[in-house]
Amino acid sequence: MSAVIEEHHDHHDHKPSGIGRWLFSTNHKDIGTMYLWFSFVMFFIGGAMALVIRAELFQPGLQLVEPEFFNQMTTLHGLIMVFGVIMPGFVGLANWMVPMMIGAPDMALPRMNNWSFWLLPAAFGILIASLIMSLMGMGSAPNFGWTFYAPLSTTYGPASTDYFIFSVHLMGISSIMGAINIIATIMNLRAPGMSYMKMPIFVWTWFITAYLLIAVMPVLAGVVTMMLMDRNFGTSFFNAAGGGDPVMFQHVFWFFGHPEVYIMILPAFGVVSQIVPTFARKKIFGYSSMVYATASIAFLSFIVWAHHMFTTGMPVAGELFFMYATMLIAIPTGVKVFNWVSTMWRGSMTFETPMLFAIGFIFLFTIGGFTGLMMCIAPADFQYHDTYFIVAHFHYVLATGAAFSIMAAVYFWIPKWTGNMYDEKLGKLHFWMTAISANVLFFPMHFVGLAGMPRRIPDYSLQFAEFNAMASVGAFVFGFSQLIFLYNVIKTTRGGKKATDQVWDGADGLEWTLPSPAPFHSFTTPPTLK
Amino acid sequence: MRAAKHVAGLLGLMFTSGQALAAMQMNLSPGVTSFSQGAYDIHTMVMWICVAIGAVVFGAMIYSIFTHRKSKGAVSAEFHDNTAIEIIWTIVPFLILIAMAIPATKVLLAMEDTSNSDMSIKVTGYQWKWHYDYLGEDINFFSNISTPDAANLSTNASVKKDETYLLDVDNKLVIPVDTKVRLLFTSNDVIHAWWVPAFGVKKDAIPGYINESWVNVPEPGIYRGKCAELCGKNHGFMPVVVEAKSKEDYVAWVSGQKTAAAEAAASAEKTWTKADLMSHGEKVYATACGACHQANGEGLPNVFPGLKGSAIAVGDIAKHIDVVVNGVSGTAMQAFGAQLNDADLAAVITYERNAWGNDTGDVVQPSNIKAAR
Repeated sequence: MSAVIEEHHDHHDHKPSGIGRWLFSTNHKDIGTMYLWFSFVMFFIGGAMALVIRAELFQPGLQLVEPEFFNQMTTLHGLIMVFGVIMPGFVGLANWMVPMMIGAPDMALPRMNNWSFWLLPAAFGILIASLIMSLMGMGSAPNFGWTFYAPLSTTYGPASTDYFIFSVHLMGISSIMGAINIIATIMNLRAPGMSYMKMPIFVWTWFITAYLLIAVMPVLAGVVTMMLMDRNFGTSFFNAAGGGDPVMFQHVFWFFGHPEVYIMILPAFGVVSQIVPTFARKKIFGYSSMVYATASIAFLSFIVWAHHMFTTGMPVAGELFFMYATMLIAIPTGVKVFNWVSTMWRGSMTFETPMLFAIGFIFLFTIGGFTGLMMCIAPADFQYHDTYFIVAHFHYVLATGAAFSIMAAVYFWIPKWTGNMYDEKLGKLHFWMTAISANVLFFPMHFVGLAGMPRRIPDYSLQFAEFNAMASVGAFVFGFSQLIFLYNVIKTTRGGKKATDQVWDGADGLEWTLPSPAPFHSFTTPPTLK
Repeated sequence: MRAAKHVAGLLGLMFTSGQALAAMQMNLSPGVTSFSQGAYDIHTMVMWICVAIGAVVFGAMIYSIFTHRKSKGAVSAEFHDNTAIEIIWTIVPFLILIAMAIPATKVLLAMEDTSNSDMSIKVTGYQWKWHYDYLGEDINFFSNISTPDAANLSTNASVKKDETYLLDVDNKLVIPVDTKVRLLFTSNDVIHAWWVPAFGVKKDAIPGYINESWVNVPEPGIYRGKCAELCGKNHGFMPVVVEAKSKEDYVAWVSGQKTAAAEAAASAEKTWTKADLMSHGEKVYATACGACHQANGEGLPNVFPGLKGSAIAVGDIAKHIDVVVNGVSGTAMQAFGAQLNDADLAAVITYERNAWGNDTGDVVQPSNIKAAR
């Protein structure tokens, strides 16, 4: 039966061939694939930088790199992981899955889709070029941390800062266009009968994320433009000597930066909300409260930015406001975790790799949520701020949170993308290696942070040695475990056990009604909803 | 059995030896001030609340994972909504948050109250050192890391790595005990953050801003911390060391400082020999210049210019003095006229003009600097 369908679809699949298929693609699946591969490549580049950092921090003393180069590594690791891995990873998933989940033939704006992808290699090419120049002894790559606080990045920034600014502009344009496309697709191309409150949660979370992107990426563009002016055209937005205000930089940056945090985690919530019901063989618990919780988190994300700035000397009223507002985020986030647990409760669970990663996500993301709650308490945050405690916190929410969810999503949907089942044994090996090493890597960071080790330092005194050595060992195991993932993905694209159309016996939704692999053009006529 | 003995021995060692305990610190320290105690108490409370919530949520999840699995014949239930329970798990966390917010607010308000202080010290961040100015006392000095060699890959290995590695300075900030000391923070270049964990004080030093905090240390002792805000290449080599002295010792220290200042002023009046200038200049260079221009005078290519054979260091003396005294605006080159006295400046400029093969033979005297200011 499925063979007949495949043949039928093959007949209609006018896939362009050669390099042109990718360069000029307007197909949401091909563009989604490119986004995902781009994210994967960047994951290894950014990961290699993390290993340079961890190798240097393996023991006290400077052994491998100069402090100047160390700062370039922390900066580029952060920028690449945030803008080059997590964000493109989720856009890739949205490209592939949103049209299929809502019964659309493609994205609403396919040519813009092509452009928003192809800006990314340009943006990261520029950024990485500055590192290559640094390695060749021609100046320094950006070295002011991924948060690029002025005036370290303006008056005191290396010449490559202007490359960095241009690169961030390109990333911003790419993200804004991607977001517009996703909103246009969701608003206009839903199959008849799919009301907003019938959309899969993944679509909902991306819908809200896309609005966040449109709201804050221009703010990021604004802040880097002000930097460009300060550096090259004699303005003093952030230069105190010229009447400017270095703290304003932080306000503007975090007005972008805090919603950005949710841009990187809401789609992860969406992925987990698709996977948990599938493998629990039970409907998601509290669908509408999930939607409202996502919307509340998105709203709150705009009024909490200055909790990143408790030590800048805000008035006490400001500190109290941002502390209280931040505490409120725990409520909708808690609702989500409770709903996932209730979805699992009295289900009929199996534990294939996507489910393992989703459960790993719920555990480890929640730990990151707890440390987040601890840090919103301003008087305690004076001790946590800019230490390894915050490094532990945001790696729990981004590495074992957002990145875990992307890995879960790849295992979950790759049978639909390629028509082949991945190797379950390797998938499970990958999960256990990753989950255990991630905790060996990130958990000791809580301890050294509380004991007083600041972040972004290339060297430390003896009392921090044990836990740093442990974290470095974890880092190398974590890093090399991802080669299993790479191998498994490549193996799956090449062949393997054929996937059924439904793939998972608990799977529910329009994307699972399509053949596996999904035809090049899906839903040329809208499906009817039951 | 032998292994068990070893473990027992190790545990015993951990509990008896303070050093081993310090090496294994896993939690926030309660510190010595009301600030740090307040932060520690609220940290402990919130952490245990999180542990309790975690135990319930993870407990339910783990129970479910082991019980409600298909391999054990579990059949999935039909429920997927329950308004009552959803309201409960929205309201209960809200109440818990209020319970956290009340003590947090109290601690915060106490911390931010800098009124009725007994003395004030202005703390200024520089790349990569601290400057302390005792307001109204006419005492001010720089505090540099005492092991500048640690900040370079090539020379780092020669520095001993112990518990105070990177945590020692040439001039400590000295304060009296049982005194409310108001601290004012600002910066000369980029943003730094002054942090002493045992005090619970971490405040950004921001150019163009003056931030405030305060400490009241009950016990004499030495307290160590670090710069906490990324401030460039040597961010990791910018320690803070505070020595709290008894009130009598503090008074003695203040008068000692004043005598030393008078001696320094006298030394600026005299004429130095070249050898004295060179040996003093080498010391000044190591603390004030070496971080960027490097001990070998070669700088970092394309980041910090070298001085070995440079046009400024072997060229016109007046130009050289001008660059060092007034800095170069728009670059990382600071105006050292505000940081060093005439004798230090004369010595370091003489050193730069005669070291590393820059054998100009020039000698710069404190009087030359005074004239050029």
